Amino acid sequence: MSTPFYVSPQQAMADRAEYARKGIARGRSVVVLQYTDGVVFVAENPSRALHKVSEIYDRIAFAAVGKYNEFENLRIGGVRYADLRGYTYDRDDVTARGLANVYAQTLGGIFSSAAEKPYEVELIVAEVGAGPEDDQIYRLPHDGSIVDEHGSVAIGGNADQISNYLDQRHRDGMTLSEVLKLAVESLTRDNNGGERTLTAEQLEVAVLDRTRPQQRKFKRLLGRQLSRLLEGDTSAAAEADAEPEAASEEGGEASTES
Amino acid sequence: MEANTRSTGRLPAAFLTPGSSSFMDFLSAHSPELLPGNRVLPPVQGAIEIPHGTTIVAASFPGGVVLAGDRRATMGNVIAQRDIEKVFPADEYSAVGIAGTAGLAVEMVKLFQLELEHFEKVEGVQLSLEGKANRLSTMIRSNLGMAMQGLAVVPLFAGWDVDRQKGRIFSYDVTGGRSEEHGFAATGSGSVFARGSLKKLFREDLTEGQTLTLVVQALYDAADDDSATGGPDLARRIYPIVTVITDEGFRKLTEAECSEVVRAIHDRRLQEPDGPRAALL
Repeated sequence: MSTPFYVSPQQAMADRAEYARKGIARGRSVVVLQYTDGVVFVAENPSRALHKVSEIYDRIAFAAVGKYNEFENLRIGGVRYADLRGYTYDRDDVTARGLANVYAQTLGGIFSSAAEKPYEVELIVAEVGAGPEDDQIYRLPHDGSIVDEHGSVAIGGNADQISNYLDQRHRDGMTLSEVLKLAVESLTRDNNGGERTLTAEQLEVAVLDRTRPQQRKFKRLLGRQLSRLLEGDTSAAAEADAEPEAASEEGGEASTES
Repeated sequence: MEANTRSTGRLPAAFLTPGSSSFMDFLSAHSPELLPGNRVLPPVQGAIEIPHGTTIVAASFPGGVVLAGDRRATMGNVIAQRDIEKVFPADEYSAVGIAGTAGLAVEMVKLFQLELEHFEKVEGVQLSLEGKANRLSTMIRSNLGMAMQGLAVVPLFAGWDVDRQKGRIFSYDVTGGRSEEHGFAATGSGSVFARGSLKKLFREDLTEGQTLTLVVQALYDAADDDSATGGPDLARRIYPIVTVITDEGFRKLTEAECSEVVRAIHDRRLQEPDGPRAALL
């Protein structure tokens, strides 16, 4: 009869954390930054089909890095949670704080349950408020903790370095075009200090824009509009609001006031 | 709330089960009591009096489709509400108007809007117009038990078909039976009169502005002969709800725009109370 090896709880948790962190570090990073009119999400993602950034509810969006099937599962769970909550109470009663708590409980439960492998994901849940001071950004690491973030945040492979870079340069009151350029600069710096170039086609960009007249504030920035913003054409920012059709992918404009 | 109270705050298994993009499927797995079709009614003697919504009309024109409804809800012979809204956006490219039991209808519209939004968020693309019409069919069918007890809900669904680039109209019966209507359609107690009016006035080459006049004429005629349909109330400034769906999406006419259409018709009818006359041959 064989006796199982004793593994101390500290060691077991450290191993699990190490496993999750390694999985997360393999992926490309996602950065989330505040600007005057809302929150922008920028991910390096050549795929048009598998999104890293998505809409959850009227004012809430979700970004994730790590294993696709795991965060996709959490994303759909979040959409179901938000829609059910809005249906039972009211649309105003769905908050990023509530959602972040549910995600934290879920991730924490999975992380500490010996029967399941830890999720190799890191999430961001963000909500735009009436003004920049009401915006909320929560970062949720793999172990079920919640970090309340302000200004800028990065998750994924190169997160520490990118966060540092952003912290030094991001300030309040930046325009969409400015934060977009900053976000792309931060993503193009690789581990060894070298620089790569990223084109609009390799980026997945979305905003939660509090100035949108629609109830749903989430919008993807695509194609020409994104290129113009990246080139720093200041008039493009104004156009972003003026021509929602140009950017509306998949009819993401739905208004559903009842 | 359900999501939170059943366990330790962790998302319950139903939330993380992959597969369905339908909010209704999710509800039936997780909280079936929230689905309108799952309620058991106590046996009732005779008819119960509850608010009913009445007439909804729709007509298509080359660049889109118009859906409009009157503002009256009746409870037996009493006017329960004079400014009820019975036409709603379903999503960016479609709208739904509902005749029948008002309380149930509003709940169903809310669920239908959420169903479309939920699919769009989960899948990243919108349902096709046919798909949306079919989902509505399923919802109406699930209400059949209540319909048989007098709580019927009968919608009219109109939308812009992005693939075919045209406006389309779908009508329903209480069993969820769905049929596509060509040109125009009406539902509710005043629909008989509204349809007669639409039939005589509709032409395929009407402009958007003319189609707005057409549907308001039809509602006017319905209110003329059906006591449960409310006519435009100029004194209280209560006008029909008129919505237009084109390739630019859903738009609801403002009160000022409605007032303009209604007043033009009203002024003409001061001379000709029965409205415009169609050619005899």
